[in-house]
Amino acid sequence: MDYNNSADSRKAKAQLTALRVLVYAILIFLSILCLFSFYMLIINASRSNGQLQAGFTLIPGGHMMDNLKNAWTDASINIPRGLLNSFMIAALTAVLTTYFSALTAYGIHAYDFKLKNIAFTFIMAIMVIPSQVSAAGFVQICYKYNLTNNFLMLILPGIAAPVVFFYMKQYMESTLPMEIVEAARVDGSNEFRTFNTIILPMMKPAIAVQLIFSFVQSWNNYFLPSLLLTKAEMKTVPIMIAQLRSADYSKFDMGKVYMFILLAILPVLVVYIFLSRSIIKGVTAGSVKG
Amino acid sequence: MKKSKGISYAKWGYIFITPFFIAYVIFTLYPQILTIYNSFFENYREGLKQVGPNFVGFGNYVKLFTPDKTGTINILKYTGNTLALWIGGAIPQIVIALLLAIFFTSYRLNIKGQQFFKTVIYMPNLIMASAFSMLFFTLFSNVGPVNQLITAAGWSEVPIDFFAYKGTVRGLICLMNFLMWFGNTTILLMAGIMGIDQSLFEAANLDGASSVQTFFRVTLPLLMPILVYTVITAMIGGLQMFDVPQVLTNGKGMPDRTSMTLIMYLNNYLGGSKNYGMSGAISVIIFIITGILSMFVYRSLTKKD
Repeated sequence: MDYNNSADSRKAKAQLTALRVLVYAILIFLSILCLFSFYMLIINASRSNGQLQAGFTLIPGGHMMDNLKNAWTDASINIPRGLLNSFMIAALTAVLTTYFSALTAYGIHAYDFKLKNIAFTFIMAIMVIPSQVSAAGFVQICYKYNLTNNFLMLILPGIAAPVVFFYMKQYMESTLPMEIVEAARVDGSNEFRTFNTIILPMMKPAIAVQLIFSFVQSWNNYFLPSLLLTKAEMKTVPIMIAQLRSADYSKFDMGKVYMFILLAILPVLVVYIFLSRSIIKGVTAGSVKG
Repeated sequence: MKKSKGISYAKWGYIFITPFFIAYVIFTLYPQILTIYNSFFENYREGLKQVGPNFVGFGNYVKLFTPDKTGTINILKYTGNTLALWIGGAIPQIVIALLLAIFFTSYRLNIKGQQFFKTVIYMPNLIMASAFSMLFFTLFSNVGPVNQLITAAGWSEVPIDFFAYKGTVRGLICLMNFLMWFGNTTILLMAGIMGIDQSLFEAANLDGASSVQTFFRVTLPLLMPILVYTVITAMIGGLQMFDVPQVLTNGKGMPDRTSMTLIMYLNNYLGGSKNYGMSGAISVIIFIITGILSMFVYRSLTKKD
């Protein structure tokens, strides 16, 4: 019996080890699948056009700086301008989205008023409607009132961001009990000031995460900007990347093309490398009702 | 919650939520109504000539569902494309994510380096989709590294034209969508599993349940609401598929528009001809589909309370 037991447990142990090896193999395979294209991007961005034509390799080519210089000073695709435009739009959108979402969430979280429940239900209902379905009307308005090539038309809609609102509301429910709010506010004092000076600082972690997420979302946004930004000097990075695709491909210095792609994703990649832990935590915090 | 104090704070509630609703009405609701209104009119540009707006009733809708001779107008085909492209990415996405979530949360397996793996698999989710797609285009083009590898290894004499076949174009789009979303889904499902009362697992273990039994009898039923939520939000996301196929196929949905999605089709009408009638009708159709789907989301979210 003893013998049987230890044989059983030995068998179970061997099974567990085998399972573990399989699981690690799957995880490593998926990791390589995720990283391979980006590895190739970095390698190829460091190779000259001639090297790229010559064949496949996994070793860097030593022309990173030449490619960077060529891409940075390209006559048809003004990438420094694109990066600047994208940065301005994304930064302002992130600030507006985060601030007004917190403000709206606080308005519903901290006060009792007649339309409170209706307002909350309404925001929840519009949360999943994609922005593309109102794009036709939005584009028409912008063309009618000469609002194309105007960054504000891409920034201001960020004030109403139901998903971010929902995240903030969830966060307040778990970390901002009404007792704290009651204690923080002085009767008759300006509630707006209470929000800005006391509530907002208490929301720092949630605000940081949402600043990053809304920045990334705006930075990567392609659909609406491509319909509204038609002037060369107003174009954002994703529009320029798509332009690369539609240009006569064979005439391009491929090292430069890879460099353009690298420049487009690098800012987000760098932020992610430093803040991945808190970003990953932020994925779940607001999206699933626990 | 309610404290009877001398001062009424109700007005602050209204003040704080007003900016949201003003922005919503101006930038979303009004354009939305305009989009629906436009869908009943003929209104487009042909070269320098402006046609309409003329009221045509349901004319645009009828046109959308009546395939024309050149084969460009065929909303059923594009809906089918969108669905096929979504399913091709979403099935592996959800299956693999569920597997990984179970691996990561299993005490028995005790997987090391979780933070590293999570960081790697979530990364593609934050990458600019259009740049990711452009990267895949360069990697898989006729002169790209993948073809260089194929010809150098002697698997094929001539480069494979990945963009000439329906299967390979769709396969690449599905692969990219899978890579971009499975990490995100893994993290969501992990949170779901960790939210399950641990004593249930212990009880199942004491009762002698195998890990497979525990998964099907305990984990899966309790995970259902989150799984349903994940699937439906993924579906709504899939309906909006645009950046990846648009850039990969240069807006053409090649070959023969078999990878043209609904939003790409919408973009075709909005881009050059500013055809507000047809784009309006497409938007309304997408809106109705999302409306039905979002009702399911809302129900899955509120059912638990």
